[in-house]
Amino acid sequence: MTIIGDRQQLAYIASQAADARVNVELETEGMTLNIGPQHPATHGTLRIIARLDGEQVLWAEPSCGYMHRGYEKLTEVRTFPQVTALVNRIDWLGSFANEVPFILAAEQLMEIEAPPRAQWIRTILFELSRIANVSLFLGDLGVQLGAITPVFFAFRDREYVLNLIEGATGGRFHPNFDRIGGLKDDLPAGWVDETRAVMKKMRKFCDEIENLLFGNEIFESRTRGIGVIPRDVALQYGMSGANLRASGVDWDLRRDQSLPMAWDKVDWKVWTHLDGDSYARCWVRLQETRESTFIVERLLDTLPSGPVMTKVPRIIKVPAGEAWVSTENPLGEMGYYVVSKGDLGPFRVKIRSASFNNISIVPWLLKGVYVPDIITILASLYFILGDIDR
Amino acid sequence: MLLPLQSGKASPLSSPTDSSAEATPRQDAMREQLLSDISACLGSALVQSHINVGNDLCVRVATDAWATSAAALKTSLGFDYFCFLSAIDWLPSPFGKGEEDPTAEPVERDTEIKQGLAGGETRMQVFARIVNHRTHVGITLKTDVPDATPVVPSWVSVFTGANWHEREAHEMFGISFAGHPDLRNMYLPTDFEGHPLRKDFPLLARMVKPWPGIVDVEPLPGGGDEDDAEGSAE
Repeated sequence: MTIIGDRQQLAYIASQAADARVNVELETEGMTLNIGPQHPATHGTLRIIARLDGEQVLWAEPSCGYMHRGYEKLTEVRTFPQVTALVNRIDWLGSFANEVPFILAAEQLMEIEAPPRAQWIRTILFELSRIANVSLFLGDLGVQLGAITPVFFAFRDREYVLNLIEGATGGRFHPNFDRIGGLKDDLPAGWVDETRAVMKKMRKFCDEIENLLFGNEIFESRTRGIGVIPRDVALQYGMSGANLRASGVDWDLRRDQSLPMAWDKVDWKVWTHLDGDSYARCWVRLQETRESTFIVERLLDTLPSGPVMTKVPRIIKVPAGEAWVSTENPLGEMGYYVVSKGDLGPFRVKIRSASFNNISIVPWLLKGVYVPDIITILASLYFILGDIDR
Repeated sequence: MLLPLQSGKASPLSSPTDSSAEATPRQDAMREQLLSDISACLGSALVQSHINVGNDLCVRVATDAWATSAAALKTSLGFDYFCFLSAIDWLPSPFGKGEEDPTAEPVERDTEIKQGLAGGETRMQVFARIVNHRTHVGITLKTDVPDATPVVPSWVSVFTGANWHEREAHEMFGISFAGHPDLRNMYLPTDFEGHPLRKDFPLLARMVKPWPGIVDVEPLPGGGDEDDAEGSAE
């Protein structure tokens, strides 16, 4: 034991006492942290109630319903053509993609099919919705991790795609362009060339994001190995889209089911990742966005001529029956179970939205993670509030 | 008429009707095979089934066997992807679409309960969709919800993801799920009364002010009413 003077000894005792006091004070009690519903990291009005032990999450539970608009009830008092205006607003960043499965379900019940040109344009607009939607995710991802730059790139470049959607449909966010039997209108003059130019810009945007984020040390350490979802769990929870493919499940509804759309007419690749962590989810989305630009270009190369609307009665009555159609939307599997009783409007529409299933895994996934990782995990799961609450 | 392309060079853009005409019998045979596998797997739990040719297979199982048949299908036939679970109220809405004049005489409405594909005996049915993620083939499962005590077995022990879907069905239809850990409301306030997606729950916005939707469809100027209603839009 070292010999210490009075002064030092007193200081030593004092520091010991202070440590003891601190230890008593830090005897941790659980704390409940309320994230949202008005928190910038929750993309809207998702509220997450987290019970913490220090920095660690004991349990967390999302609280939904701040944006519940009751679309399933509202569809029961609308006619079939009116429903597209409602379902537009489910995933508001990729609106056109929401209309397609509903229209396909109605067409399936009526046993009609859109003409080839309409199928091509539908698929092109569908992929443009995906690019507009996911490019915002790629920019937003940086903001969640403290990198401000990517979001400016994302908003700048998404604008080109929104201009294309507006040019073709008249609506930037809510096109309401899909009709039973085809499309409202043909493409405007010069749109095809403009689209080709924008697709080149979007590929450049993907490269920029890849250079800025992927490979960045901070980004990797914040996302690698964080929020790992094994494939069995992902399947049980009904995760879909990039979240499922990032867990190593090679399943894309664009490729793996036959729909009257044009995806099977061109070559493209389904991207998967085996890790199942936040990094994998972001990476798969980035690759898919780039792949979408190729899909659009190849579809433009093979765009058939002809009408964009088939013959349908002016007052549409859908024969009685039940139809389920789902498509691979920007957020994942979006499907409608449409029950018709031969009326002007549907009898019941079950809206299966991707984010509802994707977010239902959050209580399982957030157990035991640290508080800053909540933000990364939520960002990488990628949800749109309207898609959870409907 | 739909395809203005010359028939000679149409191979990459060939008409979709050709391929679907070829594909339909094949898919149908696939679903018939699937149905025989399912009936071998479920035995007496399978009540009724319907093949929606080329699109879907709908299977109705006994209420008691709702969870056990899901578990059997998951383990023995590989239906391991949980898509959704919800319910249908087959009662025709006593309020229609809220398009009538509220001051006029109330109209007579059809109140007969008619169930959809794969039949049914009760007013409400729970239905769900599960998919085999290897073959990418999905089926729709249905079961009757007893009218007197609306309780069906919960799927949570089979598919954890059914948790939120059952909570939603519980608050929207008033159906209880035996074995569910926590049937709290998903969207609505805790003290909310009624079950909004039941057909006898009025859509209050329509009750207060009738929707003018149907009025929008007016006869075209210069055309006869009868012909226009059946004419083409384009």
